[in-house]
Amino acid sequence: MSPELLNSIAIFVLALLVGVEVISKVPTTLHTPLMSGANSIHGIVLVGAMIIAASANDLLGYVLAFVAMVFGAANVVGGYVVTDRMLEMFKKKPAAPKAGDGAGKGA
Amino acid sequence: MPGDVLYTFVFFAWLIGASFFVVGLHQMNSPATARNGNKLSALGMTIAVGATLVWLALRPGGLSVEAWAIIIAGFLIGGGIGLYLARAVKMTAMPQLVSLFNAVGGGAAALVAVEDFFHVANTPEYSISTSVFVVLGVVIGCITFSGSIVAAAKLQGMISGAPIIKPWTRPLTLGVAAVAGIGTLILVLGAAGVLGIDSSIANLILIVIFGAAIIFGVTLVLPIGGADMPVVISLLNSFTGTAAAMSGFVINNPVLIIAGALVGAAGAILTKLMADAMNRSIANIMVGGFGGGDAAAGGAGAAAGGGTVREVNVDDAAIMLAYAQKVIVVPGYGLAVAQAQHAVRELAEVLEARGVEVSYAIHPVAGRMPGHMNVLLAEANVPYPQLKEMEEINPEFERADVALVVGANDVTNPAARTNPASPIYGMPILDVDKAKNIIVIKRSMGRGYAGIDNELYTDLKTGMYFADAKAGLEGLTGAVKGL
Repeated sequence: MSPELLNSIAIFVLALLVGVEVISKVPTTLHTPLMSGANSIHGIVLVGAMIIAASANDLLGYVLAFVAMVFGAANVVGGYVVTDRMLEMFKKKPAAPKAGDGAGKGA
Repeated sequence: MPGDVLYTFVFFAWLIGASFFVVGLHQMNSPATARNGNKLSALGMTIAVGATLVWLALRPGGLSVEAWAIIIAGFLIGGGIGLYLARAVKMTAMPQLVSLFNAVGGGAAALVAVEDFFHVANTPEYSISTSVFVVLGVVIGCITFSGSIVAAAKLQGMISGAPIIKPWTRPLTLGVAAVAGIGTLILVLGAAGVLGIDSSIANLILIVIFGAAIIFGVTLVLPIGGADMPVVISLLNSFTGTAAAMSGFVINNPVLIIAGALVGAAGAILTKLMADAMNRSIANIMVGGFGGGDAAAGGAGAAAGGGTVREVNVDDAAIMLAYAQKVIVVPGYGLAVAQAQHAVRELAEVLEARGVEVSYAIHPVAGRMPGHMNVLLAEANVPYPQLKEMEEINPEFERADVALVVGANDVTNPAARTNPASPIYGMPILDVDKAKNIIVIKRSMGRGYAGIDNELYTDLKTGMYFADAKAGLEGLTGAVKGL
């Protein structure tokens, strides 16, 4: 294997470990937004779609690149917007003390 | 060498983008910083995509007119569709949408690998490792694409949520897996120079692998019950990340590799956590066949498991709630599908006005994804401190005068604690049966996703209030107001 490839594999493995470390600390409440946020990050394939669009030189290549662009862009834009919509709802909440035993107004 | 200088700048822009992804995900640790984290991640994406465009346009050779047209038109159309769906979707339908976005991401990764393969096959650039990464990118991307679409269709109710197992599904799954495996072997041997295959045959083999992986994705998800879809979506999310990383290896792009690996790890961890919450192994879930789906069989009043159920009418239920000291609401997916999150908040407000202490017991897998129920209730402006997680609320059930179960089933079934023969035995549940009184709002005696009887319903303390979640809650609110 080429040194370049070996470097890439090292990057891949380290990034996996970073992912595990960062994500294992997220509370359950935020799991859905997190899944959605992670979902938007793999929209990075959009970069790949752009690169193949640049190198395509026949009709099949154009079609494949175009579909990949549409897919990737939908993933990125939709993913971030929907995640933001979810998180917006958490933000509205008052920073009320959680240790207050959740005592209701009349209790 | 201006080309090299340019690439150096672009490379650093990619690294900055990737760092923002990591920091952004980290900020999603807490509700306070989560929104910022997502924005940071979006900024990272903008930087990475923008730098790529600059690089492609300014590097020697530049971008052809066709390439510009594809990139701009593709981005506007795809981005427009994504933006519209993300804005228009109801929060209850959000898991399907995430699954759909996941599907197109996987599809894009597969297409990137395919298109690159068409270019490099039979050139000196083509090596064993390229062929391996191409096949991995294609196979994983295609499985994610078709699998996520099936998962979304199941959640949307376009396909039955019940496990679909036909006599031909298993042989077909094995068959397409074998086809993909043999195709991969031929391509790798071809790349190694052991087999002499020319590029048109190699392309054809890759297309066969592509098709086989698409079919595999379908037959993989069809036999899995609707209740397990969150775990499946999470797993497929992880797959898409991995597919993106594989495509990154194919086109030798660091930002794809880093971001893809990050998401691959994220999805894997989430999947594990979700499976743990249901006390099942990921392998067990993927084998499928678990649960009867949402086929709500059985008419109202039919006895569950031979025991008799006690029906309670709206006025009796309202009196129990209104004169209670402490009420714990247990929301489940039935509440979500009935769009009853606002109705439950109104009932809670009416009760609180009468001095009743109201809190919500949130099971980790309530709803369709972990945290889904929190999102739904937050949307209805339920105060955050009233939402209690399972470990926190379980000791409180003993002190609760009334536990109001709205559209939750399996997560309240005491059989998970008491009956080792039950399929859900060992699953962590909400200890609803320890409350002094229990009111269950349910449309009928139909079973939950696990397809088993819930002995909570035949408990002497339990009153069954047969109604649609939303109509039932509104009825209760009206009745409490009228007291």
